[in-house]
Amino acid sequence: MEILLAIIVGVLYTAGVYMLLRRSIVKFIIGIIFMSNATNLLVFLSAGLVQGNPAFVNATTVDTSHLADPTPQALVLTAIVIGLGMVVFILALKYKYFEITGTDDLDQLKQTDEHS
Amino acid sequence: MNSVILQIASKYVRWMLIIFSVIMLVRGHNLPGGGFIGGLLAGLSLAYKGFAFTPSIFEKEMKIRPEIFMALGLTLIFISLWPGAVLEGTLMQGIWFTIQIPFTEGYKFGTPFLFDIGVYFAVIGVTILFLFSLSDKK
Amino acid sequence: MNSIALPLLLPFAIAISLLLVRSDKLSKWVGPLGSLAMLAVAVYLNFQLQQNGIMTLNTGGWIAPFGIVLVVDHLSSLMLMVSALIAFVIALFANRNLTEDIPMSRFYFFFFTLNMGVNGAFITGDVFNLYVWFEVMLLSSFVLITLGKKKEQLEGGIKYLALNIMGSMLFLAGLGLLYGKTGTLNMAHLAEILRNDHHASLMSTSMVLFFVAFGIKAAVFPLYFWLPSSYHTPNIAVTSLFAGLLTKVGVYTLIRFFTLFFVQDQTFWHTLLLIVAGLTMVSGGMAAASYYETRRILSYHIISQIGYMIMGLGIFTPLALAGAVFFTIHNMIAKTGTFVAAGLIAKIKGTYELKEVGGLYKQNPVLAILFIIPAFALAGFPPISGFFAKFMLLKAGIDSGQYLITAVALLTGFLTLYSMIKIWNEAFLKKQPEEKSQITEVKLKIMDYMPLAILAAASLLMGLFAPSVFEYVMQTGDQLFEPSAYINAVFKK
Repeated sequence: MEILLAIIVGVLYTAGVYMLLRRSIVKFIIGIIFMSNATNLLVFLSAGLVQGNPAFVNATTVDTSHLADPTPQALVLTAIVIGLGMVVFILALKYKYFEITGTDDLDQLKQTDEHS
Repeated sequence: MNSVILQIASKYVRWMLIIFSVIMLVRGHNLPGGGFIGGLLAGLSLAYKGFAFTPSIFEKEMKIRPEIFMALGLTLIFISLWPGAVLEGTLMQGIWFTIQIPFTEGYKFGTPFLFDIGVYFAVIGVTILFLFSLSDKK
Repeated sequence: MNSIALPLLLPFAIAISLLLVRSDKLSKWVGPLGSLAMLAVAVYLNFQLQQNGIMTLNTGGWIAPFGIVLVVDHLSSLMLMVSALIAFVIALFANRNLTEDIPMSRFYFFFFTLNMGVNGAFITGDVFNLYVWFEVMLLSSFVLITLGKKKEQLEGGIKYLALNIMGSMLFLAGLGLLYGKTGTLNMAHLAEILRNDHHASLMSTSMVLFFVAFGIKAAVFPLYFWLPSSYHTPNIAVTSLFAGLLTKVGVYTLIRFFTLFFVQDQTFWHTLLLIVAGLTMVSGGMAAASYYETRRILSYHIISQIGYMIMGLGIFTPLALAGAVFFTIHNMIAKTGTFVAAGLIAKIKGTYELKEVGGLYKQNPVLAILFIIPAFALAGFPPISGFFAKFMLLKAGIDSGQYLITAVALLTGFLTLYSMIKIWNEAFLKKQPEEKSQITEVKLKIMDYMPLAILAAASLLMGLFAPSVFEYVMQTGDQLFEPSAYINAVFKK
């Protein structure tokens, strides 16, 4: 399972980078979504996977060594929330920009770099 | 979008979603669920009408500004930090007590749950704000 | 030690109240007073620090390696004070310079959440918590940079956002790998583990990811492109705030990480840091020399000056680290000062283009004097703050035999001087160009000068009382070089 997920992380990063390099801003945002999901999966995988033993302890639990590590799960949850906020913000920004200029072309974004 | 089925259904499904979101919030501490997912569901239920009609109707009918939800949520979060500081001497320390309900084991209530309620409202506010900013305002 | 959390709780509470009360008139008071309160808290914490040594707080009662720990040591405390001072000054400045289309209460809401993020990044002792505070800071800055929604602002915003989101993702990936390898995210615990473990090659991936992530935030050489293409687009008050705070948080984290626990394979990393520092200085300085728009000149200057701070980290002696810290705080103050001055010039003349302004020295000598103090502080003239900071860095460079980077730093000093003199000549000494002179000019009131006067005074005082500042930063440098005090304080040994 870990190997499969590791491959998925790699594929997501690849797809993300590919989309980032496209000219359209929307595709660029899709790339960011891919990469953020890949990163979340990477963090989730970082401490290894434990299947079927969630990190809940009750009065009868004696052996805690085989439980899943809850820290990466907590980290990923936070990271997902933050990632959601980021993506929504960049979508809103793109929407406003499209309203004003009517362009979806990253090559048009040259104005603020031009040498006056 | 102009679908009669969706418009009629939205009346009922909205409330079901809100009830479901509250259930999610309440079971949250030791079982899957919690403030964030509950808040998202509740926010979605409020957005449901917007999807069924047009987003502008949704915005018009919304009596409370989303900022109020956010402020309420953040205030609850802020309040939940202090009992630990007062009673145990450390900020954010969890304080738990059991509310006795007849015929049951009682319900465990504590500052982390208050924090969760805060998250719930803050997420509702943020979700609505997101939908406002992404929906067509004209 | 619950008072450590005050730099976080105070802006949080103010932000909530601003969300509820959306009165612009009230916000005008809440902004400066709130940031003054933050300054008071920071000074109080510094006082406590001098009395009790390093202070820690285990939030939620979870002891050190398990919970999130907040730590105030000499570096954090100093940064807290200076950032609160900057916040106060910018609040005064923003009150008089925000345009009609930016609602005050909205600006101040994000202003305080930004400050909460910055303060959080300074005092946290946990890597993931640092990530969270970074994101709080970034999200607020995204909103601030696009407030007003002009076309070039949105364009600059997209660039700023894109690269900073990339940085955050790399940060998160590095953090995940670090956790996978060490099983902890507490900085002091990491230091304990990594300082006794010499599997340097295993750590390299995390180190590279962190370095690139913070490099993007701090705007070092190959990763700075977001800064000059976005910093000149928003309102000048927002730009001054960003110039003072944001990149320096990146530098702070680099200093923290690379002194506390990323100490493996030092020869490679310090060489890399020095190369990056040199290139950052030169490229920023040269680009600044080629522009004739004050905000762009100063934006490139931020980059150039970041190089000096990284240089201090790369030389890695107590004196060099102390110099880097001194340079950071000096730069926060002086850089904000020059941006504020640029804002005032633009307020009088209505433009940031140097070719269209002139004659300000005769017209407004007060502004001229107030501009020249932070400008010459940046260029490193005695007896203003910048001279001593640079002197410490150069001395550390010569002492440790790093002659090349020292020479580069000296030469960059001339580039800095050149651009500062360019602004001085063009805006103040040169005559007002004839064809542009019909613009109606705005008279400044005393409150307009206040922010700049405070910053200039701070810069001057840091120069005049250099020995006591020196003593403090040397203490900081020693503590960074030998962080056992930090580690012991976190674990309450």
